[in-house]
Amino acid sequence: MSERTGSAEKFKPAKEEPLKEESISPKRVGLFVTCLVDLFRPTVGFAAVKLLEEAGCTVEVPMAQTCCGQPAYNSGDREDAAAIARQTIEAFEEFDYVVAPSGSCAGMLKKHYPSLLKGTSYEARAEAFSGRVHELVSFLVDVLGITEVPARHEGSVTYHDSCSGLRELGIQQQPRKLLSSVEGLELKEMQNSDVCCGFGGTFCVKYPDISNKIVEEKTASIEGAGADTLLAGDLGCLMNMAGKLHRQGSRVEVRHVAEVLAGMTDKPAIGGGGR
Amino acid sequence: MEIQSPQFKQKARKAIADEQLQRAMGKAKIGFVGKRKKAVDALPEFEDLRSSARAIKDHTLEHLDLYLEAYERKVIASGGQVHWAETAEDARQAVLSICRAAGARTVTKGKSMITEEIALNDFLEKEGVRPVETDLGEYIIQLRGEHPSHIIGPALHLNKEQVEEDFRRVHTELPAGRDLSQPESLLGEARHILRPQYFQADVGITGANFLVAETGTSIIVTNEGNGDLTQTLPRVHIVVASIEKVVPTLEDASQILRVLARSATGQDMSVYTTLSTGPRRPDDPDGPDEYHVILLDNGRSSMLGTEFHEMLRCIRCGACMNHCPVYHAVGGHAYGWVYPGPMGSVLTPSLVGVDKAGHLPNASTFCGRCESVCPMQIPLPRMMRHWREREFERGLNPATQRFGLGFWAFFARRPGLYRLATSMAIPALSGLAGRRRWFRSLPFAGGWTRHRDLPAPESRTFMQQWRDRETAKQEGGAS
Repeated sequence: MSERTGSAEKFKPAKEEPLKEESISPKRVGLFVTCLVDLFRPTVGFAAVKLLEEAGCTVEVPMAQTCCGQPAYNSGDREDAAAIARQTIEAFEEFDYVVAPSGSCAGMLKKHYPSLLKGTSYEARAEAFSGRVHELVSFLVDVLGITEVPARHEGSVTYHDSCSGLRELGIQQQPRKLLSSVEGLELKEMQNSDVCCGFGGTFCVKYPDISNKIVEEKTASIEGAGADTLLAGDLGCLMNMAGKLHRQGSRVEVRHVAEVLAGMTDKPAIGGGGR
Repeated sequence: MEIQSPQFKQKARKAIADEQLQRAMGKAKIGFVGKRKKAVDALPEFEDLRSSARAIKDHTLEHLDLYLEAYERKVIASGGQVHWAETAEDARQAVLSICRAAGARTVTKGKSMITEEIALNDFLEKEGVRPVETDLGEYIIQLRGEHPSHIIGPALHLNKEQVEEDFRRVHTELPAGRDLSQPESLLGEARHILRPQYFQADVGITGANFLVAETGTSIIVTNEGNGDLTQTLPRVHIVVASIEKVVPTLEDASQILRVLARSATGQDMSVYTTLSTGPRRPDDPDGPDEYHVILLDNGRSSMLGTEFHEMLRCIRCGACMNHCPVYHAVGGHAYGWVYPGPMGSVLTPSLVGVDKAGHLPNASTFCGRCESVCPMQIPLPRMMRHWREREFERGLNPATQRFGLGFWAFFARRPGLYRLATSMAIPALSGLAGRRRWFRSLPFAGGWTRHRDLPAPESRTFMQQWRDRETAKQEGGAS
């Protein structure tokens, strides 16, 4: 695994607040579902809830959430992005923690809201909010100190490091650590697991041919790993890779890593499993 | 060079279909990434060096005027001349007038991106001065009438078989039986042709990797030694460099040199690191009689103090493009101007205008790999986003994109309405997929389904299901 340590050079995860040993009451977690999970794959949301509840958290899902705002933010539309950021902060600031099953959305909430709202009346709130935001798997490992999960999954998996989670939040070892505790599971690393899959949010529809070229490289790496199942921590990347694998007639199943960790692989994989 | 960035999409598509190019890019990608990683892993202090290199440039940019003036004084004191050029045209004219004064018919050139930026070769040729590129890669693309596709590997887009073909076409005295199948034999052939040129040339033109304020020295790094011959043998040496190349001291330059080659080619140092200070002194064994420096601004000073200020730290190592999945997919020519890859996507709109270069900052997945390897820690994705913001403010994005985004944002800013709309649309879309659970095509989703299938939504939204769960819980608790 030492070969991978070089890629996250620049981005070190922000210092986590220490575990509050003294707090006896369960941690109140606000789940930021993410728009893609809400619309396309609720299973990931329920897997996140299960993992968090099993870890002793109480989970609430504020109804005033929609999307993290990245489509606007990354298209240069700061005004809409800032409005969505304020709305999200208002919906979530009462919680001890804000957890999202996505490195990309968590990165937006944690790293980009503060700079987006800098110099506005929300600046301080965005900073305080940022400190409470975590991506799901890194929250389980780094904040709650979980080292194993009671899940079982017969088969081999390969894990793609989604870019924002890897380079903005330093998520690399955490999912591998928990996956290694899943009974029956074998992790087969792919080549270049840290290289982008070509999704890039609106990029994949603005530049479909380039995106396709990049995802073709990725599916070749995935097939090369020889695993039954592809996992990652971001549904956008997963839908992109799953969509390409399916178009290519691949037999590799695609799932969010939380589904495996929560022991929910009895549900059909992305795209229903059927061909 | 005329900007062709507005045709980025068409050029990208062509590049992806170009098998020769794809073969060359495939090799380059593996080589650069692996070599850099090996060099960086072998140097435990590399991260600290990055930070100190960055600090040096930050400090210099804060006091750029002072260091440039100090540099000028030292150049003059060592017997050289400094020509300030605000625009590309000013720089071209300055080069031409020096060439005219020297009666130059032929000039040799070391590899220099800045002379590409000011399109010096075309200009000199029109004025009757013959430029001869002496870097192997530059020489090859000059023969082909092309521009560099990479800032440190100008002919990166070519395979050696293509180069052999070019040499056989142009070097008419070359015996047909001569083996040119290996890079070494190609280099040997180019050297054989180029060596006499150094002696014929009246002027040698190089760029600079650094200008040292402390001593008035210009520094170039090369691997072939052609730069040394270019600047030592002709009577006149012209250095063309942009203003952000200045660093305060030799010590600063040597600090940055430690990250430069490692980031670029994975070498500890380039084969040649050559320092030039003024013309030949009486006791020097060789060197030019005249030493000129053309200091080019060409829009850089207007980047100072803006969101693009940090781009001026760039030392042109190429690590960003070497690690960029988009660059790997389309190669350098698709970008349509001098500087490709992530650094080009930030710099090109700065130098030629976002109205002409709007595609470049958009054609990024924001994967962040460029920033993670940049030796100067330049936040390239952030600056590409700033260009997207400028573009959005000026209404330069296509109307369909703006409409789509506006439509989406209208709902995303109204959670109640969003909930209502998605709880109707998503189950309908899920039902539409039928038993197959995949869409091969879908209205308004052509960008997605051109190359991949779209998985259907599982069923109802998470929020719908969650509300049911909560309601059931409450009823269960109440009973």
